[in-house]
Amino acid sequence: MGINDPWIWGVYVLSVLSALLCVAYGLVNWNKGVKKEQKEILEEVAWEEGEAQMEEKELGL
Amino acid sequence: MDILLLNIIVLIYILAIGYLGYRGWKETRDSEDYMVAGRKIHPYVMAMSYGATFISTSAIVGFGGVAGLFGMGLLWLTFLNIFVGIFIAFVVFGKRTRKMGHNLSAMTFPELLARRFDSKFIQYFGGLVIFLGMPMYASVVLIGAARFIETTLAVDFDLALMIFSVIIAAYVVLGGLKGVMYTDALQATIMFVGMAFLLVMTYGQLGGIVTANQALTNLADLVPANLASMGHEGWTAMPAFGSAWWWTLISTLVLGVGIGVLAMPQLVVRFMTVRCNRELNRAVLVGGVFILMMTGVAFVVGALSNVYFVQHDGVIAIAAAQGNSDSIIPVYINASMPEWFVYIFMLTLLAAAMSTLSSQFHAQGTAIGRDVYETLAGMRGGRSIPITRIGIIIAVVVAVILGYVLPPSIIAPGTAIFFGLCAAAFLPMYACALFWRRATKAGAVAGLVTGTFVSLFWLVFVHQKEAAPLGIAKMVLGRDVLITTMPWPVVDPIVVALPLAFVVTVAVSLATKPPAKEHVDKCFKGID
Repeated sequence: MGINDPWIWGVYVLSVLSALLCVAYGLVNWNKGVKKEQKEILEEVAWEEGEAQMEEKELGL
Repeated sequence: MDILLLNIIVLIYILAIGYLGYRGWKETRDSEDYMVAGRKIHPYVMAMSYGATFISTSAIVGFGGVAGLFGMGLLWLTFLNIFVGIFIAFVVFGKRTRKMGHNLSAMTFPELLARRFDSKFIQYFGGLVIFLGMPMYASVVLIGAARFIETTLAVDFDLALMIFSVIIAAYVVLGGLKGVMYTDALQATIMFVGMAFLLVMTYGQLGGIVTANQALTNLADLVPANLASMGHEGWTAMPAFGSAWWWTLISTLVLGVGIGVLAMPQLVVRFMTVRCNRELNRAVLVGGVFILMMTGVAFVVGALSNVYFVQHDGVIAIAAAQGNSDSIIPVYINASMPEWFVYIFMLTLLAAAMSTLSSQFHAQGTAIGRDVYETLAGMRGGRSIPITRIGIIIAVVVAVILGYVLPPSIIAPGTAIFFGLCAAAFLPMYACALFWRRATKAGAVAGLVTGTFVSLFWLVFVHQKEAAPLGIAKMVLGRDVLITTMPWPVVDPIVVALPLAFVVTVAVSLATKPPAKEHVDKCFKGID
């Protein structure tokens, strides 16, 4: 690779491999983790409404 | 400088951003239910908008410039950025944070910790740490943008900083980041394509990957004597183990930023706003590749710029940038890339800085309004609006003033100070909050206070880079630093403060009464 120090070419390769790990993880789990329960969805909506309210009414952001 | 070309590119850019901004605004406005509209956003748009918030001029201009100075050893930070900042952060911390944040109806990072440990102190103290610490980080992002304008448009740095600050102030006053996911995604896409182009052009100009790397390896003899004496052994070699250079690279830049990212307030909040775990899974894919293309390319190109400058000007990169590492990337891109690319790259960098700055000011506003004022005043309601707005104005003004007074080559170390402080203050408590039911309020508070004050003490009295210019140690002790024996003056605060805060959090938790079971069950509902 034109780099002699194993700590440098090693991390050069390691960086690419860690990005590939992310790609593999994302592909394998692409459709996993969707909320199934209605109750959970309602919890989320309540949280999001709370956040919107905080930003508009309390903080004016 | 080709004014006509610049104007055409700026015009196309503004039209594209304006169209996407309008589209995003219209979709949320026309929809009967804003929440439903938010759920329909394409995962690509969602994931790329993360990228635009994470990556700013600090990573590309500041750290890319440091790679021009230090070499490819900085790639260890890219590895941590991807493995810790994306994989661990999203998969291990993100999912739990999201669920616990919702269980506790927490809206901010300090609020999540405060509710988990049932402590108001954590909320206002944490809010203060963020409010007071973040201007440093915001100002170095500003500096990064201004350095690029300075080089590309050939204007004075002070003027560039002023122009960009006015644009930022207008952007923040007009509402900042709200509902601009499409524009963020466009910025991130241009950044991605731009960095890919930069990588291909750089290796192409220098004769291919192996030839270019070998040419960089062969430059080791050109390392200036003062850098060699600090441990610099070339741009494709790690610094000498245990040398001043090694400690700065590993403890401040790689560990400080690589680990600190786990406890960044504006990042943690993003986990709570994510719709479901599926979005986090998908964001891991896009995020991993995106970060590799951003910091990986910036660091490789930053280091290789030495070969370009030696071949064309007969000097190494830091000399070509007149001794200021913050100018290496702007000078390299202006010298080596086609003019149209330089303009597009500048606009993307400015846009990246704007989205990052806007989220920083947003985090500071919520810190002072909700975490500090509302918690101390014991009320929730409209009265904190003026406090939040004044807080944001103060934050912008302080960041701009710091931009004028901070020295050259400051972007990377300035970023590292804030990341390191957040890691030491928040990470022990945050990790225990998510993974250890036995952690107690007393333990969390003790860890927060230890991490914060040990970091500050270390910066003021031990770490030479900050202690010497601050001069407080000199005033109190009569010398620049408390411990003059190597390597202590170059050991970053995070190396001492973070483990110490962890030990204190665990020890005090074990020594105090366990938290009430009902409360812990509520926090961990749906998690274990």
